[in-house]
Amino acid sequence: MGRKLLLTHDHVEGIQGYTAYRANGGYRSVEKALKKMTPDEVVEEVKKSGLRGRGGAGFPTGMKWSFLAKPDGVPRYLVCNADESEPGTFKDRYLMERIPHILIEGMITSSYALGANTSYIYIRGEYFYVARILENAIAEAYANGWLGKNILGTGYNLDLYVQVGGGAYICGEETALLESLEGKRGNPRIKPPFPAVAGLYGCPTVVNNVETIAAVVPIVNDGGDEYAKIGIGRSTGTKLISASGNINKPGVYEIELGVPVEEFIFSDEYCGGIANGKRMKACVPGGSSVPILPDYLVCKTAAGEDRLMTYESLSDGGFVSGSMLGSGGFIVYDEHQCIVRNTWNFSRFYHHESCGQCSPCREGTGWMERVLHRLEKGEGNMSDIDLLVDVAKKIEGNTICPLGDAAAWPVAAAIRHFRHEFEYHVLHPDKIKDPKHGHREPIMPVKPEPVTA
Amino acid sequence: MSLLKVTIDGKTIEVEPGKTILQAARQIGPDVAPPAMCYYTKLKTSGGYCRTCLVKVTKGSEKDPRPMPKLVASCRTTVMDGMEVQNYSSDEVVEARKGVVEFLLINHPLDCPICDQAGECHLQDLSYENGRSKSRYEFKRRTFEKIDIGEKIQLHMTRCILCYRCVKVADQLTPGRVHGVINRGEVAEISTYIQNAVDNEFSGNMIDVCPVGALTDKTFRFKSRVWFLKPVDAHRDCDQCSGKAVVWKYGNEIYRVTGRKDQWGEVDEWICNTCRFEKKSPSDWVEEGPRKINRHSVIAQNHYGSKTRFVASPESLPQKQLS
Ligand SMILES: Cc1cc2nc3c(=O)[nH]c(=O)nc-3n(C[C@H](O)[C@H](O)[C@H](O)COP(=O)(O)O)c2cc1C
Ligand code: SF4
Ligand code: SF4
Ligand code: FES
Repeated sequence: MGRKLLLTHDHVEGIQGYTAYRANGGYRSVEKALKKMTPDEVVEEVKKSGLRGRGGAGFPTGMKWSFLAKPDGVPRYLVCNADESEPGTFKDRYLMERIPHILIEGMITSSYALGANTSYIYIRGEYFYVARILENAIAEAYANGWLGKNILGTGYNLDLYVQVGGGAYICGEETALLESLEGKRGNPRIKPPFPAVAGLYGCPTVVNNVETIAAVVPIVNDGGDEYAKIGIGRSTGTKLISASGNINKPGVYEIELGVPVEEFIFSDEYCGGIANGKRMKACVPGGSSVPILPDYLVCKTAAGEDRLMTYESLSDGGFVSGSMLGSGGFIVYDEHQCIVRNTWNFSRFYHHESCGQCSPCREGTGWMERVLHRLEKGEGNMSDIDLLVDVAKKIEGNTICPLGDAAAWPVAAAIRHFRHEFEYHVLHPDKIKDPKHGHREPIMPVKPEPVTA
Repeated sequence: MSLLKVTIDGKTIEVEPGKTILQAARQIGPDVAPPAMCYYTKLKTSGGYCRTCLVKVTKGSEKDPRPMPKLVASCRTTVMDGMEVQNYSSDEVVEARKGVVEFLLINHPLDCPICDQAGECHLQDLSYENGRSKSRYEFKRRTFEKIDIGEKIQLHMTRCILCYRCVKVADQLTPGRVHGVINRGEVAEISTYIQNAVDNEFSGNMIDVCPVGALTDKTFRFKSRVWFLKPVDAHRDCDQCSGKAVVWKYGNEIYRVTGRKDQWGEVDEWICNTCRFEKKSPSDWVEEGPRKINRHSVIAQNHYGSKTRFVASPESLPQKQLS
């Protein structure tokens, strides 16, 4: 059994409430940090832990914190990104719903480390009921002296607010989030300046994912070194994975980074293998934005090594034969699933969620979606496939925020590994009319022959 | 303060700190200046949206010579000492820009023959100079109803490229903003909270900053094609603005009044709505003489298909067409 640091008390009765949470060691990190450590010492522990942002980009959290500008007389803010809208990702919701106090505790300890006296949790509109859960937890924390003025008699003050978003994926991009939090239209800002210098209301701000902030709790409790013992190389600690798709046991799993992908998919401790005894066809290991992998590249890298659940191993092979850990939205497809349809589905999402600020993403996402839809319906041409590759290339890297890339990569990767399936859609419009055509005639990935000299 | 050295397409110039790559390129001249559809010198926080000004930074600076990993928007990237930049000399830039132009055009109605902006439309110029000849987009183009925003301005959203310039005008020139962007993505649109609500002495500047024919002067619409008119620098005593404008005449009649635009299509000074919409009688104005045309419209210059860069020299404009 892997170690658990966040979901340790997941199944304790009443853990959602303050009493049970506190009885199981909750809020110790606040006591330790505020009474025994300076803010810089807390930052130091987070640096030592090797913790990397769990929101998708994997940027080292300690380093991000140390970049925070600290001009005199200017407030600093910590903002928790609970916008979780990436298709395939639902781990933050699980954590906030089950153990809301771990996020509140992490917010207090982290705010102290950053010298923030006002902090925010920005949560997506569709999680309205979760916002209620958080508000209850915050009220309990105030009532028990963990929030407000002069916390634990240390002179440290902190107010914590929950802000519900309007339900736009783009408001998960950190600068769009800040705009939205300020009450404006959620358009990503043009960087620089970065939030560490000019974030919320123009003040230095750190934006971190829910899971990142929760991970600060065990890091402060046990020490950064202890945390860094888990994992491999630069992928330390544990990670929440949202597992979905055609597996026997979909759900949220806390894994030690470094678990082999094969074990994660097939062992009974985790996904329990492919449902209904079918074959695996493909896997999107890190949320809809990351490249899809065909079966033969899921458990092994192109070099034939075991692929592990780490930032490095999942991206081994780059865009040619690798993918990314991303937000940990792990989606598995069985042999009956249609990749063209899946790609169209993702594409429809990005088309719908583009903020429309920059031309390549505003116009390109809709274009790709329409071409994919035509292919999916059996009304496409062979030239559509290369057109898609070209449009994706013209979006990628040329936009204001990474949503453009996130829209382009899945399309490019699907065509890279499943081109024959797109061609099949052009050649056999009669057969693919039925969205369940894959059940009759599965189309498996074709592994390219190794090139021999 | 010491100047910073920057090289663009092999041409080196020294600029003051804080200047962007685009500004430095414009100082060098039209041959290296990237096209800019959304940046507007006088409007704070403009730029960054359209992506036509993308360039490649092959050397970050003397101190940190690493190239930048992606193409950058030259209008929003500040110059560092020793920076080296490729614009037209990079195939990657030319290709990416071609992509941007194609994106800007896929939903554009291409109704130039009936558009008031024809002849002074930056999108027209841009596509002649940087586009591909045939669109690969085969779907229905998006359309919007025309709406009147205020008494004097018409919004033809179908032509809008969402450059945000008019939004910045509304934000920065007119108190009590009523004009902005609603909806998102492909269906995002410029709008006012209540139709007819743009009613402010400086709102007319939106028309001048609009690079396409999305915002047009209702007091001028369809009266004439711009290339039949003769632009004359003129001024009047105005208690609201500088009163320095261009009056566009046909014979002795004034057909329209606009701000004075520089070589890059940007106005020198904002003018008020009274000057723009109300003063159409020759006796309202003191004429200074024919406008030294710095417009760069390809159409006005009969430059179809020529290899000139985005901006052609002012002298090349055939004056006879205008008189
Ligand atoms: C389009 C888009 C959507 C995003 N959505 C989220 C999100 O829902 N939650 C999140 O934590 N990060 C999201 N991110 C990443 C954030 O911009 C930011 O990197 C992250 O919140 C930083 O936190 P971390 O360092 O703790 O991961 C998104 C990024 C983009 C470009
Ligand atoms: S890439 Fe897309 S989502 Fe991001 S700023 Fe541009 S249009 Fe908006
Ligand atoms: S109406 Fe004109 S100025 Fe306003 S955003 Fe559209 S193109 Fe730009
Ligand atoms: S002019 Fe630079 S992005 Fe539009």
